[in-house]
Order: sequence, then structure tokens, then C-alpha cells
Amino acid sequence: MSVRRLAAVQPDSFAFKPETLEKANWWIAKYPENRRQSAVIPILWLIQKQEGWVSEPAIAVVAEMLGMARIRVYEVATFYTMFMLEPVGSAALIQVCGTTPCQLRGSEALMKVCKDKIGPKDKLSADGKFYWQEVECLGACTNAPMAQINDYFYEDLTPDNLAQIIDDFAAGKTPKTGPYNGRFTSEPLGGATTLKDPSLYDGSAARPVKIPNAPEAEVKA
Amino acid sequence: MVGILEDKDRIFTNLYGFHDWGLEGAKQRGCWNATKDILSYGRDWIITNVKNSGLRGRGGAGFSTGLKWSFMPKEVKDRPHYLVVNADESEPGTCKDREIMRHDPHLLIEGCLIASFAMQAHACYIYIRGEYVFERERLEAAIKQAYEAKLVGKNNVHGWDFDIYVHHGGGAYICGEETALLESLEGKKGQPRLKPPFPAGAGLYGCPTTVNNVESIAVVGTILRRGAAWFAGFGAQNNTGTKLFCISGHVERPCNVEEAMSIPFRQLIEDHCGGIRGGWGNLKAVIPGGSSVPMIPAEQCENMPMDFDTLRGLGSGLGTAAVIVMDKSTDLIKAIARLSYFYKHESCGQCTPCREGTGWMWRVMERMAKGDADPKEIDILLDVTKQVEGHTICALGDAAAWPIQGLIRHFRHEIEDRIALYRSSKGNFAGHSIAAE
Repeated sequence: MSVRRLAAVQPDSFAFKPETLEKANWWIAKYPENRRQSAVIPILWLIQKQEGWVSEPAIAVVAEMLGMARIRVYEVATFYTMFMLEPVGSAALIQVCGTTPCQLRGSEALMKVCKDKIGPKDKLSADGKFYWQEVECLGACTNAPMAQINDYFYEDLTPDNLAQIIDDFAAGKTPKTGPYNGRFTSEPLGGATTLKDPSLYDGSAARPVKIPNAPEAEVKA
Repeated sequence: MVGILEDKDRIFTNLYGFHDWGLEGAKQRGCWNATKDILSYGRDWIITNVKNSGLRGRGGAGFSTGLKWSFMPKEVKDRPHYLVVNADESEPGTCKDREIMRHDPHLLIEGCLIASFAMQAHACYIYIRGEYVFERERLEAAIKQAYEAKLVGKNNVHGWDFDIYVHHGGGAYICGEETALLESLEGKKGQPRLKPPFPAGAGLYGCPTTVNNVESIAVVGTILRRGAAWFAGFGAQNNTGTKLFCISGHVERPCNVEEAMSIPFRQLIEDHCGGIRGGWGNLKAVIPGGSSVPMIPAEQCENMPMDFDTLRGLGSGLGTAAVIVMDKSTDLIKAIARLSYFYKHESCGQCTPCREGTGWMWRVMERMAKGDADPKEIDILLDVTKQVEGHTICALGDAAAWPIQGLIRHFRHEIEDRIALYRSSKGNFAGHSIAAE
């Protein structure tokens, strides 16, 4: 398991911005009235979107809001590895997938780019703009190697692509997401081998159909 | 023809997102067609037909989906029933549910309605992994469309009051285990529960719950529309239907593709992925079902049908059909050591054999990748994997043990060679006995 601790230096307080609070209440409404605790992960995530990371005062506020003991929220914040427990880069949080399917296709070269351009992993860069991590499988293995940068996936990367992406973020731009080798999504490079039959898309599938082996009318439930 | 399955028999007709993911596009492709008729035939008819189709759970275990549904209580008593969809796709190599959620979300929503109706659930939670931010946004948008069109929600056109909610996780692999997922959905650490009670008896909030994989649910509408016999017509006996395969690693063109179950491995790779990088002869080993299953060496692969029973017979498994291909350039020991790190990182810490064992196995694997080990340690490592396997609440312990067992079973000589090479490069090493002068 991964051992995670709260940051040594913590802010004095935390307050929801109105739009974050509105979103938090939208999440709480998804669960039965006496099950507000279910919203703890989504709300911690909203806080991370607002602040960039999850602080101890924020944990206390969430505990109060959901009627949980603080230790229960603390447990959640430290158990789930998506919660950043210290400040991250202002321009980009770069999470390079390092698990075997990405490793087989060159994730180590991507991590070298990060190391050269940003510095050691799991540390805020000197200029405060970047923070990079090696993370476990992000579930885009046919588009390996890839990285998640500020929520979205950058796929089929080469070291040069990633270096350019980092430069773009440093310059205040938001590079395009998705594959970087010219394909659209996860079809084979150079064009799909399947799904070419035009009759799939001409609306013929929307015509009334008779369901096979339908029961006789009288046994309808 | 490319592959075995014809385009007209594919369920995920927008797998790559070339077409409209929204409600109108989905309807054009046949989704939401005759859904009301399907519900009108009753829940027993639905469950019987899903059983007859031979659909086996697509999340890895391969248990009959229809049978699983039939475990739910027949009558709703004091506790409501829930359907929970497992969209916590985290098994290394697997990236199929992602395509369903971002490109064909209405197939999933329709499947949720049908499955919930069959199990008398009025509420469904889709638990999507936290990292899939785009996929979650897309799925939320599709659900909004379905509510607006009154396909789901209170007083919808189908006559079954039904609410569907998206929930997300926080980056823990273990939450793909169904009881850990339920814990997480209740707002706790994702640590698996002891079974029994099974979720069908006491699941989410202590209520009867069924947890199904995204793909298992998303195929249900099409199966019922086209008939159980249609679906059962693909693949080998007991391994029926169509299946999304995710092929990654050392192939010319990695991709996701829907194919008939039991397609031979070589045909799958050569027809859809342009073959093994460097040609068929360059294949070294395959992990056929996501990182948790043992690898299979090249010589057993050629005509190997990709299905549950064949792969189990070879001492591996179909798992999620995430095919990780490794060519001759691969350092297998290092590749498996990286998986050992993954399991060490993702162990929830609840059971001692897994919490301690995954870390121990990883450290030994790292040394073996360098060759800095004693040949006797290979058997010690194998013995430890056997002590972890089967001695934990959930299957993560097994999943951590199997890749190492697969490596030692088929490529023990590589580890031994690595150790010998390391030793030949050192004048002295731990355990080396220096002759007395």
C-alpha cells in the first residue's frame, strides 16, 4: 500500500467558493438523505479543483458538512491516491503512467523528459509551475505511452511531444488532448479495420423491430 | 474478410467515436429501439434470455450475468434494490469501458434501465474511476439527454421509475473489487468486505445490490433486441458472444476492437493490429487478460482461441480481454517487477499476507531484474506467492501472485541466466563463499 501523510505546512482555514459549494450540494443530492457520507470523494475532488490540493482545514470542513468524524475524512483523503496532499504546480500537474503496458511502449523516456525539464518527481518545480508524478495504470493502454495532465489524457506520446506540451503549458497555453500520433481515438493507426458498413449508420437500425422469442401476449408480466 | 465478426453483428458501432455519441446518433444506430417492448415482456423473460445468451461477466471473473441477476431477492421487501455498475476500469491493459462511456454511453444507460427493471431496482449508481474525467463528463451529459427525453427518471416513457447517478472514485485500483467499490460508494476507504453476505443479500447501504461491469450491462439491450440465439451464435460453447479486446504492447498498431469470442490469438493480432512488431517470430510472451493473469509463452499462442475456458486451461485467463503483447526485446523480469510494484502500490492494507507480501515480492523482483539474487530465492519467491494466493479477503493477493508464478513457470531460465550474468560481472557477491587460502 502507499503511505501518504498530510503536508507539514497547512493553511489556517478553508472556505468553499459559491460555485464549488453549489456543486457539492448537487453531489450530496445524489444519495439517500441519511447517506451524505457517500459524497465525500466527489467533494474532496471539488476542493482539489478549487485549491489545487487537499488541506487539513478542508478535511475538517468536509467532516462538518457530511456529519462525519474527521478521522474518516482523513482516511479517505490519504487512502485515495488522486488526492494531492501538498500544493502542486500552477501551470500543470503531470501524471505519467508507468505501469507495464505503458512501460513496454516507452514511458521511461517520457519520465526522463519530465525529470530533465521539471526536476525530481513528486516535488514542486523550482518555479512553482509544474509538479510531476509517476502514476499507476490510467486505463488508456492501447494509446500508450500516455500522461494525464490537469484532468485530461495526452496519448501516444513521444518524448518530443511531451517536451513540447510542457513548453506550451509553461507558456500559458492548453495543448490539445488525445492521441499525438495522428489517430482519432483507439482505432488502429492508419485507419479502423472494422465498422465500415454504411448500413450501420443510415438509420435502418432505428426502424421498428420485432423482438425475437417474445412471449405470447397473455403471459406478459 | 478482416477478423471473424462482421460489421452488422457488432454491438459497439461507435467504438472509436467517429459518429455522434449523443441520443440522436445512438438512436440512429439502434439504441433505445423497442426498449419498452423488452420491458413489457417481464423480468423473468429478460433474465431467462440473458442467461440463454451465455453472456459471462466482462469484468474479469466471467460469471454468468443472467445467473447473477437471478440471485437478487424475488420480492422487494423493506430494503430497496440497487444496481451498481462497475466502471472503475483499472486493470492494467484494460481500456474498453472507457470507449463505451465516451462514445456509446446510451447503450450503457439503456442496459442500466433493463437490468434495473429485471432486478426491481429503482436506482442505479455508475461508479467510474476518478481519472476518467472526460468520460464522466460525457456520461453525465448523455444521462442528462436521457432524462430530458424522459427515457429515464420518474414517470418516464418506459413505465419503470428509474434514477441513474454517476459516482466517481479517487484512483484506487482495489475499488474495482465489488465490495471495495461498495465501501467506496458509501464514502469509506475502499477495503473489501468479507463474503458472505454477498451483495445480492446485503450490498450498497446494506440493501440487495448487484454489481456488474460496464460492458456486461451495455451489451444487454442489443442482445435482447437481436435475440439470445444471435449472441450465443458467436464463439465456442460456454464462451459465447462478442467481446471488446484491448491490444497493447508490442504490436504494430495497438487498438481496441470488438471481435467474436474465441477468435484465435494470431488472427486477432494480424487482422486488427498489423501483427507482432518485427513479425510473428518476434513474439516472446502474451499476458492475455489484464495484468493479473499469468503470461503465456509464444509457442502456445498461435492457434489459441481467446476465451475464458481455453485460457484457463493454459493456466492463465481471459480476464478483461486486455491483451498485453511482449516481443523478444522485452525484459520480462523487469516487466513483471513493474507489475509487482503496481500491486504493492494498490494493496489496500487490510490483509497481512497481501499488505506485507506484495511489498516483499516487489523488492525481490527488483533484485531479480538486476540479477542480484541467489538462485535458491526463486523457489522462496514462488513459495511466498503461494502463501499470499488464496489467503486474503479479495483476489488482489492472487492477482499479485499470478504474474510472478507465470514468469517462473515459463521463464525461470531467464531469471537464472540473469543471476549468473550478474555474478560473473562481480568478483564477490552476497552469499558467495570465498575459499580459504
